[in-house]
Amino acid sequence: MAEQFNAYTKEVLKRFTNPKHFGEIKNPDGVGQVGNPVCGDVMKIYLKIDKKTEKIKDIKFQTFGCVSAIASSDALCELAKGKTISEAKKITNKAIVDKLEGLPSIKIHCSVLGANGLKKAIEDYEFKTGKISKKSERYDDEDGSCEGNCAIAG
Amino acid sequence: MEVNMLFNKQKSIYLDNAATTSVDKEVVEAMIPYFSEKYGNASSQHLIGQEAKRALEESREIIAKSIGAKRDEIIFTGSGTEANNFVLKGLFFANKDNKKNHIITTKIEHDCILNACKWLETQGAKVTYLNVNNEGFIDLNELKKSITPETLIVSVIHGNNEIGTIQDLKEIGKICKERGVHFHTDACQSYTKTDIDVNKQNLDFVTLNAHKIHGPKGVGALFIRKGIKIIPLLHGGGHEFGLRSSTENVPGIVGFAKSVRIAKESNIKHMEKLRDKLIEGILKIPNTQLNGPRDKRLCNNINVCFNNIEGEAIGGFLDSYGISSSTGSACSSHSLEPSHVLKAIGRTHVQINSSVRLSISKFTTDEEIDYVLEILNKIVDKLRKMSPIK
Ligand SMILES: Cc1ncc(COP(=O)(O)O)c(C=O)c1O
Ligand code: FES
Repeated sequence: MAEQFNAYTKEVLKRFTNPKHFGEIKNPDGVGQVGNPVCGDVMKIYLKIDKKTEKIKDIKFQTFGCVSAIASSDALCELAKGKTISEAKKITNKAIVDKLEGLPSIKIHCSVLGANGLKKAIEDYEFKTGKISKKSERYDDEDGSCEGNCAIAG
Repeated sequence: MEVNMLFNKQKSIYLDNAATTSVDKEVVEAMIPYFSEKYGNASSQHLIGQEAKRALEESREIIAKSIGAKRDEIIFTGSGTEANNFVLKGLFFANKDNKKNHIITTKIEHDCILNACKWLETQGAKVTYLNVNNEGFIDLNELKKSITPETLIVSVIHGNNEIGTIQDLKEIGKICKERGVHFHTDACQSYTKTDIDVNKQNLDFVTLNAHKIHGPKGVGALFIRKGIKIIPLLHGGGHEFGLRSSTENVPGIVGFAKSVRIAKESNIKHMEKLRDKLIEGILKIPNTQLNGPRDKRLCNNINVCFNNIEGEAIGGFLDSYGISSSTGSACSSHSLEPSHVLKAIGRTHVQINSSVRLSISKFTTDEEIDYVLEILNKIVDKLRKMSPIK
């Protein structure tokens, strides 16, 4: 329970109040939207990918969500930018939490949302470019990963 | 945005007075002697005990008068929660053998009423949860129709802690009297902010507490109309007319009485003015909606839905500017469910998640409201730009 009292790290607050990567990319190469109707969070990740090197040239997010969800989105973009697709696929929610110097335990879910958002955007890119023939549905909203904890420690 | 603001909060603007208030200096001063010098047990016969007893009874008199009750109709409790539990459980168990097992309440009660009702259902009670309209008012016809020969009590929150709706106690009281059922109101939020008169409003029970009115936490009171049989929750040495045993919290009770004595009509006017200014200022921001009524609203309550952005993100941003707000009620922050009150007035999940409550106090200033409005405009603009939902 202790985490509830020191709710957010400076890094979370900095990214939340001053995110560097929010916005929309026109004509993106991949888009991933994840979210959960229960807590009402929606995260949308846009990718621009260099076709030759398979590197993420640009990445932006739009997020309707809590403090942690916005901070996680921004941290995710920072982690993914410049990486190759195969490197980016390995970004875990734990890497996001580490980048944020920690999240309250009840907010870990928000970092999962971030990791899934990127995976889904990459999948969209791979689907559009014919690298895969079918998109998985496991990142969709119904997976119940969000426990709707947004109201807590607000 | 100025990151510095985050780490050296220049300002601290407390707009969560519906959760709790700061204890007024005058209240603190009134309490202090009862910790250190006048520390007696009000049940002791010696001088120091009797000094405490006198303070206790004077406090009781002040609380009683403030709602038009008699001194011996007021029982001090350890909280508003306790008083609410006491009414429902105490009355239910006192009537166990006469088939009166039906409780009528509303869908917008504080959790302590709702959860006490849910528990009583496991003990054989039947509970009707009245609907409310889109401003949070109950329908008097639905109330009338819900009363049956088994109905024991009608319990309706006076001023709602989330959306500020003030119910018409007089009309509800009239119906209860006609139909011969007990009437209770949870007046924790409305006390000293709007009139409560146990006779004019035909009330049998009233729940009050101190920490919403610049008194100490952990002190409540229950008005119990004379002659009504009720079973105590706490059995023991027979304190509080045998209805609530426990050595009385004299400093807390003295503080409670002081907070009632210093409450003024002019404070209400002050809060109403600032409430209206804040509401009007916020509603100028596009795509915002007021939750709760415009009139018949607690003088300190503002609750707004900022469509397409998360309430908690707004709260987090406000906090970074030193402004304390709340999403839903502080109490429901422990639960995963969206606010039952906003649900009851017909708000959707997304609207509920986009809602923020700001609650002012007599200490809130005009300049603070200007600052909050300025910051809110910035924040909402920024968060809307960040949101994928348009
Ligand atoms: C309407 C209402 N009823 C009851 C309570 C509970 O009172 P307490 O905190 O004294 O237990 C509160 C606030 O916490 C309240 O707002
Ligand atoms: S995304 Fe933050 S709790 Fe659901």
